[in-house]
Amino acid sequence: MTAIDPTAHLTAEQIEELGRELDAIRDEVIAGRGEKDAAYIRKVISAQRKLELVSRGVLLFSFFPPAWLLGTAGLSVAKIMDNMEIGHNILHGQWDWMRDPKIHSTTWEWDHVSPSDQWKHSHNELHHTYTNVIGKDNDLGYGIMRVDEDQKWHPFHLGQPLWNFINACFFEYGIAAYDLELGKNLHKRRRKNPEFRARAKAVGRKIRKQVLKDYVIHPLLSGPSFLTTLAATFTANLVRNIWSHSVIMCGHFPEGVQVFERRSIKGETRGQWYLRQMMGSANISGSKAMHFMTGNLSHQIEHHLFPDLPSNRYAEVAVKVRALFEKYELEYVTGPLPKQVFSAWHKVFRLSLPNKNPKVKTPDREQELVAA
Amino acid sequence: MTSAALRSRAWKLLEMVTTPLLPSDYLDLVSPLRAGADLRGRIEAVHPETGDAATIVIRPGRGWRGHTAGQYVRIGVDVDGVRLWRAYSITSPTNRQDGRVMITVKAIPDGKVSNHLVRRAKPGTLIQLDQPAGDFVLPQAKPAKVLYLTAGSGITPVMGMLRDIEFDDVVMVHCAPRPQDVIFRNELHDLVADKKLRLTEVHTDTDGMLDIARLDELVPDWAERETWACGPAGLLDAAEKHWTEHGIQERLHTERFRPSIVVAGDGGEVTFSSTGKTVDADGATPLLDIGEEAGVLMPSGCRMGICFGCITPLKAGAVRDLRTGKITEAEPGVLIQTCVSAAAGPCDIER
Ligand code: FES
Repeated sequence: MTAIDPTAHLTAEQIEELGRELDAIRDEVIAGRGEKDAAYIRKVISAQRKLELVSRGVLLFSFFPPAWLLGTAGLSVAKIMDNMEIGHNILHGQWDWMRDPKIHSTTWEWDHVSPSDQWKHSHNELHHTYTNVIGKDNDLGYGIMRVDEDQKWHPFHLGQPLWNFINACFFEYGIAAYDLELGKNLHKRRRKNPEFRARAKAVGRKIRKQVLKDYVIHPLLSGPSFLTTLAATFTANLVRNIWSHSVIMCGHFPEGVQVFERRSIKGETRGQWYLRQMMGSANISGSKAMHFMTGNLSHQIEHHLFPDLPSNRYAEVAVKVRALFEKYELEYVTGPLPKQVFSAWHKVFRLSLPNKNPKVKTPDREQELVAA
Repeated sequence: MTSAALRSRAWKLLEMVTTPLLPSDYLDLVSPLRAGADLRGRIEAVHPETGDAATIVIRPGRGWRGHTAGQYVRIGVDVDGVRLWRAYSITSPTNRQDGRVMITVKAIPDGKVSNHLVRRAKPGTLIQLDQPAGDFVLPQAKPAKVLYLTAGSGITPVMGMLRDIEFDDVVMVHCAPRPQDVIFRNELHDLVADKKLRLTEVHTDTDGMLDIARLDELVPDWAERETWACGPAGLLDAAEKHWTEHGIQERLHTERFRPSIVVAGDGGEVTFSSTGKTVDADGATPLLDIGEEAGVLMPSGCRMGICFGCITPLKAGAVRDLRTGKITEAEPGVLIQTCVSAAAGPCDIER
């Protein structure tokens, strides 16, 4: 919805051809999935569990500062692994093909206050289907921020750098509220809706368990290290939240990423859908360790094209996808983490103020948003 | 407080420590065969039997309840990263001192699991196990005379019986293409040498298929014997007919290995078994649409194969992935994405 459409040079046939080429990439990976991939995810899961166990063990002695540091660092990494490379990807069904009921999108539960099934609905269904469509994809600013010129400005948005910072610190709670569509559902009439109440209850239960574990049981088990363990788990959750928030912001918010109108997706073909995913996502460049710690969401573009391919394959897929971007003369938005984080934050700040150039606003789009 | 109640309290506390995982998720890392774990086994050895058959020695987990001679066990093996379940007869006797169990597997052409087990399985591999099952077993009271009528890998459950209990008068008629294809041949011949078994081998490559009428000549007193028969459907059908014609069908016990063969076609009758609806489906319409049109409450999300919001158990039959053309056949635990799958022959969807 930027003033100039960066895909305008493509003909309808080219877009469909692009779609077929992407399908071919997908088919190739699917045909090649096997033992090595299965061994990979099992290894990651077992490493995560061991790291968490050891870190929690070390924290029993966290009154001793080096132990605190070590345990907190380990627990932070373990929590990041649980959420990113393991949880996010399993819940996408990336590993369902293994038919292992223990590593399956229908049975997995993660170390997060949003219950898996609610997250799957808002993330896998809404966000991934309607990526960057204003009014349909709530990930676009999470309903609390304005992240595109075409969204209407409201004085409330002046505070959005602050909201965004608070959201980063308590990201998992933000996600839980978001999965519940809290803003919309807190209206008097909707609050009573039994379906909403059941979901809210489930979130309450999950929060209780998580809080009890991190802030009561484990500190208590640490005895004399009660307070330091409490501080350690709080820190680990904070680190994990800020990290995942940063990675996720880099996926769709940096400059250069496109957003779309509701109208534009009516009767969308497979090729057009692919194209929207390509233009609506952004990558993070970096080392293997960096890709791992982001749960391979550093390959956000590839993830959006093929959300159900195993994450360990995105790196090889990226080479081919990038070649397609070049072939079709499209911009592959990518950059190192600090640059992308800065770019995303810059946008948050910039759009907290009304548009400098009011001509971008089009009245019918306004209406559409209101209707949404 | 009783010790059981104490233990359950302690377990509850442990669950609070490990939430959202379970304590067992951590215990499995170190002790997958412990009591209380999901039943698993570890492959300890693989012994070749013939060119295309091998015996797998398995150490079962602590929860293994033991088997009765003639029973089978379902095992879940990861082949190319995909967990596949198959049933195999147990060939070890019930009183093995070391508690190990054995299955003997014959590689069938294109058989994913059987070829994997015979040719690629390595000692040390963990597999999933079910408790033994099946009623193709010997009775409590020993029959005076026994006939075992087997063909190919149909010998495996019978071998479990032969190794388990000695009878006074046992005859076996076994069919295999060539002498070297007879599984357990040396052991059978040892039994014959010890006068514990009378054996007739029918080599079908040279002798042709066994004509059931020849039993009169091979085992003149066959009708007086309690008979256990296992092998391909053709043989069992003929046996059942033969025994029925003589009015002694209660003396024949049969075991069929592959009860139903799925024929993947194009479209077919779809049963939604939870709702009890049945409709005809073509080979191109997603099962999600078929179900919705039939008024079945189908879960869904993106409707394009990316969100996994529509996955549903496939209980029987086969479906085709509309994107790749790949056929998926029903097996326990198989889930399909109904929005991108169409009927490939009759199938049963659990909705
Ligand atoms: S409805 Fe989304 S995968 Fe089937």
